[in-house]
Amino acid sequence: METIGADKVKSRLGRLFVIGVPFLWLLVLFLAPFFIVFKISLSEIAVAIPPYAPTFDWSAGVSGFFETLSGFSLANYVWLTEDDLYWRSYLSSVVIAGTSTLLTLLVGYPIAYGMARSPKAWRPTLLMLVILPFWTSFLIRVYAWIGILKNEGLLNQLLLAMGVISEPLIILNTNSAVYIGIVYSYLPFLVLPLYASLEKMDESLLEAAQDLGCPPWKAFWTITFPLSLPGVVAGCFLVFIPAVGEFVIPDLLGGSETLMIGKTLWMEFFNNRDWPVSSAVAVVLLLILVVPIVLFQHYQHKAAEKAA
Amino acid sequence: MAKKPVGPVRRAFAPWENPQSVPFIEFRNVTKRFGDFVAVNNLSLKIYEREFFALLGGSGCGKTTMMRMLAGFETPTEGEIFLDGQSLAGVPPYRRPANMMFQSYALFPHMSVEANIAFGLKQDGMAKDKMAERVAEMLRLTKLEKFARRKPHQLSGGQRQRVALARSLAKRPKVLLLDEPLGALDRKLREETQFELMNLQEELKMTFLVVTHDQEEAMTMADRIAVMDAGEIIQVATPGEIYEMPNSRFVADFIGDINLIEARVVAKVEGGTLLRAVDGWGGFDIDTIQETSAAVGDTVWYAIRPEKMQIEVGQAGPPAVNTVGAEVWDIAYLGDVSIYHSRLGDAQTLRSTVANRTRLVERPIAWDDHVVLCWARDAGVILTA
Repeated sequence: METIGADKVKSRLGRLFVIGVPFLWLLVLFLAPFFIVFKISLSEIAVAIPPYAPTFDWSAGVSGFFETLSGFSLANYVWLTEDDLYWRSYLSSVVIAGTSTLLTLLVGYPIAYGMARSPKAWRPTLLMLVILPFWTSFLIRVYAWIGILKNEGLLNQLLLAMGVISEPLIILNTNSAVYIGIVYSYLPFLVLPLYASLEKMDESLLEAAQDLGCPPWKAFWTITFPLSLPGVVAGCFLVFIPAVGEFVIPDLLGGSETLMIGKTLWMEFFNNRDWPVSSAVAVVLLLILVVPIVLFQHYQHKAAEKAA
Repeated sequence: MAKKPVGPVRRAFAPWENPQSVPFIEFRNVTKRFGDFVAVNNLSLKIYEREFFALLGGSGCGKTTMMRMLAGFETPTEGEIFLDGQSLAGVPPYRRPANMMFQSYALFPHMSVEANIAFGLKQDGMAKDKMAERVAEMLRLTKLEKFARRKPHQLSGGQRQRVALARSLAKRPKVLLLDEPLGALDRKLREETQFELMNLQEELKMTFLVVTHDQEEAMTMADRIAVMDAGEIIQVATPGEIYEMPNSRFVADFIGDINLIEARVVAKVEGGTLLRAVDGWGGFDIDTIQETSAAVGDTVWYAIRPEKMQIEVGQAGPPAVNTVGAEVWDIAYLGDVSIYHSRLGDAQTLRSTVANRTRLVERPIAWDDHVVLCWARDAGVILTA
């Protein structure tokens, strides 16, 4: 067996350190809170502070720890399957997030395409404009949409003044308002990766396609779109994943019939003060989202391999 | 390189010499401006069927613009382009019977080699079995059979170049446009590919128009070369004519190495001209077999290629025609030839090359040697422009 030189050990330690820091970060700030939530999801609601039981009794020592463990149960998860509110919330969240993602793609693709084909000197400015909304609080921007969408809001006033409609459109507090909110809020997440993949495309490919007898509109579907697919996929995941768990937008813009898991979770937690059930809702949401996240990672990995 | 003579009568391929022949491609007074910049200036050019034509010039001379106008990616500001008798005005690139091989190759990265080659045929709606046949033929022609299912990023530079070539040839275009086709290849591969291209062109009987900045490439492959500078064509001629009879200092200097000696016309005689190099050049006499339009006393340039001068060690004797004494200043040994830079007086140097015919030389020419340079009456040309 070969001996490992001091330099090699040093470089290994260095590498371990470089990888170790972000791992520690994830462990403390992600994994630890997750386990706390997971632990709460296994307990029962109780009129106490904190409002669940059992809690660890550190004074009882090791036997107390095992006693607490024996108090855990999966009852909350079973409950989630018994009340149809939960699975309807999950399903509705996925449908709303999926629809919004498609709408965002429809709005975002032309924007990204226009940016990528604009004169080079304009591109940094256009990019800046896409990122600009982030400089204002997300919450305030969603509130601003209330002012635009409400019955006597800016949009209705404008349409009434133009004579397009004779009575105000009811948009606020409907699912349409939720779609508008999600598309607006998550547009940059879709435009940026899409722009990146469209921008690096060699324009001589389109000339080559034309030269070989392919009209420009057809070249878009045979050349541009397939080559932008990695950007499309990345952008869609970046919209879909956070949109599923979205709470602020359905709460502020949606109506009472808008069913989304984020809202259900909030209600369980704050209105019912049922920490264990809301924790179970959160854990299941995470499990549901793991599927697209793993798919996304897999796709990114494949794309990176292809590029290499 | 000129085409092999065909048929029982040895006749060279030279349709441009026959006033009866109809041009296949014609640029008629074409001008292209980009804003204030004139890329192509009122240019007319005729290219004949089955010709291998090269547009040669430095970057920004307008050669690529010419090709892009023919392909349809640029529209002439003025003038018209004809292909096979048809005006190309208003015809979009995807309806032109010309195909182009791009400098960057522009292979579709998400398609296999096969799919790349079939792309143009598919646009024409060719039947599946016929298409497969044509693709197979193209793969065979470019020796790519083994790589048919690979993606472009899995190929070497030379293989990509061949895919690009196969793709542009697949539709059997009337004209193949090649934009710096060999620019990205290394020297050895470039030489091989030059010959392959020439053979292909003869086999397929197509008209090839190549744009290049590499004079060697143009000289090797083309039937005729147009030397361009600043949006104008300076000279259109066969490689031999361009090399031996350049019409201007620009062409003489652009193609190969040349000595340009400033001289004055001393006398014009039947079948020749007598010149004398100006004082800065040592004031020696030059006799030529060329008649010139310049008047006696005018300043002209005498252009002579390095390999047409003889160099011998020794002191210059009494002044003689086409002979000048000099001192060796620089030597470059290239293996097959040696290059000598010999100084006349203080400022001017003459460049001469000698083929190294033997391995061992009794007394090689060394630095600071006194040498005599001399040349024949027909060795050089008089340039007035």
